[in-house]
Amino acid sequence: MLFATIVAGTPLIITALGELVTEKSGVLNLGAEGIMAVGAVAGFAVAHDSGSTTAGVFAGMAAGAAMSLIFAVVTLTLMANQVASGLALSIFGVGLSAFIGKPYESETMLAVPPIRIPLLADIPIVGPALFEQQSLVYLSWALLAGVSWFLYRSRWGLVLRAVGESPTSAHSIGYPVIRIRYLATIFGGAMAGIGGAFLSVFYTPLWVEGMVAGRGWIALALVVFATWRPLRVLVGAYLFGGVMITQLFLQGSGAQIDIPSQFLTSLPYWATIVVLVVISRNLQTIRLNSPVSLGQPYRPE
Amino acid sequence: MASRGVHVFRLETRPEASEAMRYWSPAIAVALTLAGGMVIFAALGKNPVEGFRVFFVSPMRDLNGIAELLLKATPLMLIAVGLAVGFRANVWNIGAEGQFLMGAVGATGVALAFKGASAVVLLPSMIVAGAIGGALWAAIPAVLKTRFNANEILTSLMLVYIAQLGVSWLVFGPWKDPAGFNFPQTETFEDAALLPMLIEGTRLNLAFVVALAALAGGYVFMAKSFVGFKMRVAGESEAAARYAGFSTVAMVWIGMLVGGAAAGIAGMAEVAGPAGQLTDKLSSGYGFAAIIVAFVGRLNPIGIFFASLLMALLYIGGEQAQQYLSLPSSISKVFQGMLLFFLLGSDVLIQYRLRRVVRAHKVA
Repeated sequence: MLFATIVAGTPLIITALGELVTEKSGVLNLGAEGIMAVGAVAGFAVAHDSGSTTAGVFAGMAAGAAMSLIFAVVTLTLMANQVASGLALSIFGVGLSAFIGKPYESETMLAVPPIRIPLLADIPIVGPALFEQQSLVYLSWALLAGVSWFLYRSRWGLVLRAVGESPTSAHSIGYPVIRIRYLATIFGGAMAGIGGAFLSVFYTPLWVEGMVAGRGWIALALVVFATWRPLRVLVGAYLFGGVMITQLFLQGSGAQIDIPSQFLTSLPYWATIVVLVVISRNLQTIRLNSPVSLGQPYRPE
Repeated sequence: MASRGVHVFRLETRPEASEAMRYWSPAIAVALTLAGGMVIFAALGKNPVEGFRVFFVSPMRDLNGIAELLLKATPLMLIAVGLAVGFRANVWNIGAEGQFLMGAVGATGVALAFKGASAVVLLPSMIVAGAIGGALWAAIPAVLKTRFNANEILTSLMLVYIAQLGVSWLVFGPWKDPAGFNFPQTETFEDAALLPMLIEGTRLNLAFVVALAALAGGYVFMAKSFVGFKMRVAGESEAAARYAGFSTVAMVWIGMLVGGAAAGIAGMAEVAGPAGQLTDKLSSGYGFAAIIVAFVGRLNPIGIFFASLLMALLYIGGEQAQQYLSLPSSISKVFQGMLLFFLLGSDVLIQYRLRRVVRAHKVA
């Protein structure tokens, strides 16, 4: 259970941490769902054709970066509404993934064996769950450490946060606001692309239309849940992973419980709503923690 | 060494937003989408001219083709005009897809419960049930927004997935047609529960007239009513609306309920129209496509009318492309997304203009 929870939470961590960096720079990219879908199909197609899962992950990353670049051009250079553009990216990405993925619908791949970390994996009970995992699970932890260090310990992280809080001040002391926002947006897209590729290359491993199934939106909700703090993203993602696995476990256990499977499948979506309500109830928390210029276009004059 | 001049384009703020560009921008977006479409056809090794003909011209070849086009445009028009009411006030109801399904569920419930009733009673009750189903589903994000400040984009979207699963439960479980060979669908509706046809020999039904009435109603509400005016003010400047004492809570409610009810009626029109029953594959993403329609139509009922025809053409074009060009029909979703991107991109020309400037090339 613990093992499966971690696996289910991993794509959420990777995607949500990427989105967190994007949002910290003041850009709200609602396209995560579409980016993950394109990342998933690109990752699967390349991994399937080349036989290399690493190539698949890189393909997902590149596809995600390319998708977010479209978003960045439209919102940062052409100053379009970020909410509408993000929705456009999601609709476009989901459609595009269905289109590209058609020939791969019935293809399968072998499951990737996990990587065992010696000694640590020998710890009873938690050892195998934590240290005999897919490479991307370790990556998600490294990413957490990297993002936390970058945002709160490095000079450029400080600049990025300044851009998100007050682009005008950041510009007036000479930082290239638009360029920083471009980089943050592309980083977020690349991470969502990896998150998608994790689903299709490691988690399932196959491609079906609609397989992202709202995980991109859940990752966006996680950023709010985490009140824009990296470590809380991890906690939230495993919480959601746990909900997903519990419902699968209940469905698969064959225990005679009289709950329709559709209701169990809908649990993560209900959980997302509940979590949003609980966090947003306190207006103060959201006001204090969300980047001030989030979603606002900026044009240096 | 002499310095060389480089021609570059720069965006320059217009002294005043261009009214003309507001209407030209969708036209530019359509042209760019068509051009982009030809490029995609060429990249896929299809003849672009042939692709263009199959996709955009052949659906309109005869009366039946045009009737099918209007039939597809009907739910888009209905949903988009409802959404536009909210979008104008910055109420982001993204869950119309779920509200559409819950409207279909409401209407199906009435149709199955009152078998044998006459059409005069049954159809209006189904429309009301559809509107209530959609409005109730939209009321959830409205409560969560107004009481708990929860982001309506995310909550209304989550409810789409939940509505899909709810429909799936109904058609696999309690509402499954006992004589349906185990297919996930309800019984087919009796004739009294089906909308009457407008043109003999086609599938175009009364819902098209309902959609036109909704557009007219939407126009009156948005352009002529005081509430519509208040919502427009709130959309353009929240501070101004607050200063004038307009309640944002009321606007969230109106925006959400109108959008939900309209989507619900569209769901009713689908089960009582071309589908004739509730199935687990009722919608082809109308709720999401209608968001694009609302934007491309400039949140204006007249614009929405034309935008929904264009979107319907993209849907049918996708089916044609599958049949004659052996391309997946999801290509229409690619075009739909492209259209919205191009529109959002061209909108920059409303506030800014392109200026070609010669920048002196610095030579060290």
